[in-house]
Amino acid sequence: MTKLATGVAFAEFADAVKAAEATAPKTRIFVGMSTCGVASGAGPVYDAIAAELAASGNPAIEVVRAGCVGLCYAEPTVEVQVPGRPVVTLGGVTPARGRELVKELAVAAEPAKPLSVGDAIFKKQLRIALRNCGRIDPEKIEDYIRNGGYVQLAKILDGMKPEEVIATVKASGLRGRGGAGFTTGLKWEYARAAAAAPKYIVCNADEGDPGAFMDRSVLEGDPHSVLEAMTVAGYAIGARYGYIYCRAEYPLAVKRLEVAIAQSRALGLLGENILGSGFAFDLEIKLGAGAFVCGEETALIHSIEGKRGEPTVKPPFPAESGLWGKSTTVNNVETLACIQPILEKGAAWFKAIGTPKCAGTKVFALAGDVKNVGLAEVPMGTTIREVLEEIGGGSRDGRPLKAVQTGGPSGGCIPAEKFDTPIEYDTLGALGSIMGSGGLIVMGQKTSMVKIAHYYMEFSCDESCGKCTPCRVGNRRLYEILERILAGKGKPEDLPKLEELGNVIKDTALCGLGQTSPNPVLSTLRWFRSEYEDCIKNGGVKPPVYTVNDKCIGCRACAKACPVQCIEGALKKKHVIDQSKCIHCGACETKCRFGAIDSE
Amino acid sequence: MGGAGGAIETMELTRMQTEETSDQAKIRELDAFIQSLGLDGRDAAGRRAVLIQILHRAQGLFGWLPEEVQKHISAKLDLHVSEVYGVVSFYHFFKTKPSGRHVIDFCTGTACFVRGIGKVIEQVEAQTGTKLGETSGDGRFTLGSLRCVGACSLAPVLQVDGKTYGRVTPEQVEAILAEYK
Repeated sequence: MTKLATGVAFAEFADAVKAAEATAPKTRIFVGMSTCGVASGAGPVYDAIAAELAASGNPAIEVVRAGCVGLCYAEPTVEVQVPGRPVVTLGGVTPARGRELVKELAVAAEPAKPLSVGDAIFKKQLRIALRNCGRIDPEKIEDYIRNGGYVQLAKILDGMKPEEVIATVKASGLRGRGGAGFTTGLKWEYARAAAAAPKYIVCNADEGDPGAFMDRSVLEGDPHSVLEAMTVAGYAIGARYGYIYCRAEYPLAVKRLEVAIAQSRALGLLGENILGSGFAFDLEIKLGAGAFVCGEETALIHSIEGKRGEPTVKPPFPAESGLWGKSTTVNNVETLACIQPILEKGAAWFKAIGTPKCAGTKVFALAGDVKNVGLAEVPMGTTIREVLEEIGGGSRDGRPLKAVQTGGPSGGCIPAEKFDTPIEYDTLGALGSIMGSGGLIVMGQKTSMVKIAHYYMEFSCDESCGKCTPCRVGNRRLYEILERILAGKGKPEDLPKLEELGNVIKDTALCGLGQTSPNPVLSTLRWFRSEYEDCIKNGGVKPPVYTVNDKCIGCRACAKACPVQCIEGALKKKHVIDQSKCIHCGACETKCRFGAIDSE
Repeated sequence: MGGAGGAIETMELTRMQTEETSDQAKIRELDAFIQSLGLDGRDAAGRRAVLIQILHRAQGLFGWLPEEVQKHISAKLDLHVSEVYGVVSFYHFFKTKPSGRHVIDFCTGTACFVRGIGKVIEQVEAQTGTKLGETSGDGRFTLGSLRCVGACSLAPVLQVDGKTYGRVTPEQVEAILAEYK
């Protein structure tokens, strides 16, 4: 690659990329190769398609190693884009199906046997942050440029004032997608106003909330969108250097970022005198080392400095005194991924999406007891029910859902009767939860809310950095009370104690981790208090009771799986579980292929 | 009689020498890496900024961070060894004990919790006779945990030597373990 020395040279390069596509449009087969795709066997599928294409010698078809389209439940997924036609999605693709697909496309306009996903999955979604995920090769800068990438950066460097860029981002109403929801444009404005140099821009890619994987998806599927946005931000606030702080648990994301940075440098989109504008900007990746608290911005800054990732009191805010005491702006991956579309389509376009208080879209990661596990990007103000039921397809066992946990260990559980709440930062806050990074863990009827609270408290105790007493000691005490209740030694007065202590921790802890860590306990106490009371009354969580329903065909599979031989019944006759012998292990339910075992 | 004992001693000595040289080679590789970072003329803050990066590299080479290696890094960066140890002990990723031949990491994220990783862990613990966080007596397996690998659609998830296994049931545990001798 030759360095593009001027804006004109970039425009010519971008035109050439687009012209190549216009003169010889290609049918593209996108193989979803993010972490879950690869773990589900996308590698051999890609190899099979590539080998078949090489053998057929068809130059009009190209196979692309793409990121994730978000239909994680159907991995490995393959999407086919025939020029001038809508994209067709295939799910559960095997290498054999991959080879067959190449042969089909040689004679037919569209592949057979598409995945039937139901319209809602796509119709309810609006992809801004995820616009390129699954539709480009993340390791080819040309693919990103073909979709309009780096055009905005070139335009800005061609004479837009930093203040104009900030005004556009501010007018768009974009708020931080990492969870706290601070207005991005305002953050940039504060940093711009800071007098001291040097300044830094940091991308927070320490996606630590268990159950949230949208940032991983953006980094693995569209890394250049983050690089372009950081460069734009650097220009706007006056920073010449940036850091991407990424979790060590995301090796593929790190690799794709490294490739993207090398390509950008080679084209002259990072480095000295970018496109001849005189503006210089470069960045590097900093690896985390497995500490949840490092998602908190002051802790993250200390970790980049090479120290223990302990938070410090704000103010001073990082915009004033951050990395090495200099002005530092920390933006989340998803926030940055929205910048290029805002600049391309205008602040008014973005502002019109979502709700008056929360513009734009939010990506949610659906996981847990839900049929269609995956990523969904929806306009703010979409109701929880629409996301869980219309996109998520409801529970796996077909029964009504019980609750959804939002915001990870800092968030809370929202009960099913509140599912018609439109999703906004404030509405989730009013329910005792938070937006957080957008992880939605769906819970079916069998999930014990006391156990969930206990699980999160264990997490928070383990991840507390130990610096402040309310978090270090308070969370430990909350955890011990929950242990006691689960062990059947709880007392009725434990419940007000949990509430009092939880509220004290919220009010007095030093950083965002401690101030939100009691939320899982407080929210489950608020909405599912009777489960705590039952637990105290019954001496622990009642084990599930398994019974056989009329779907039983009498196949004896469950009886063979039962470790204590408590299932009786002749072949082809409905079986019965002897409750006096049952040890509540659930082996029968796991084994049954007919949904004939109920559990209460 | 003396001859046989001598042979064993010689073998032992050769083994020790090989180990020593392989450790020295690793140290040399680590030093070359530190050299490549261009630390000359940097102040303490500048040298500290690469500490975590160097620890990642050292753990990649040694599999864990022995005390001697931590001391070596502290000398190279001219940072107090307590500071190096403070960082090592703060982050879950850094290991201060050697691992077994194979490392099994369970994802303990929420999706895996809801989808039943607990029963999988119990099964692996029973079959290896090892508790979470420990190494089996024969040095074959070390059991550890990870906070969400972000592959929630595959929950429950475990990784063996970095290879991801998804939708794992307690019944599959025996077959997975058999892949690793």
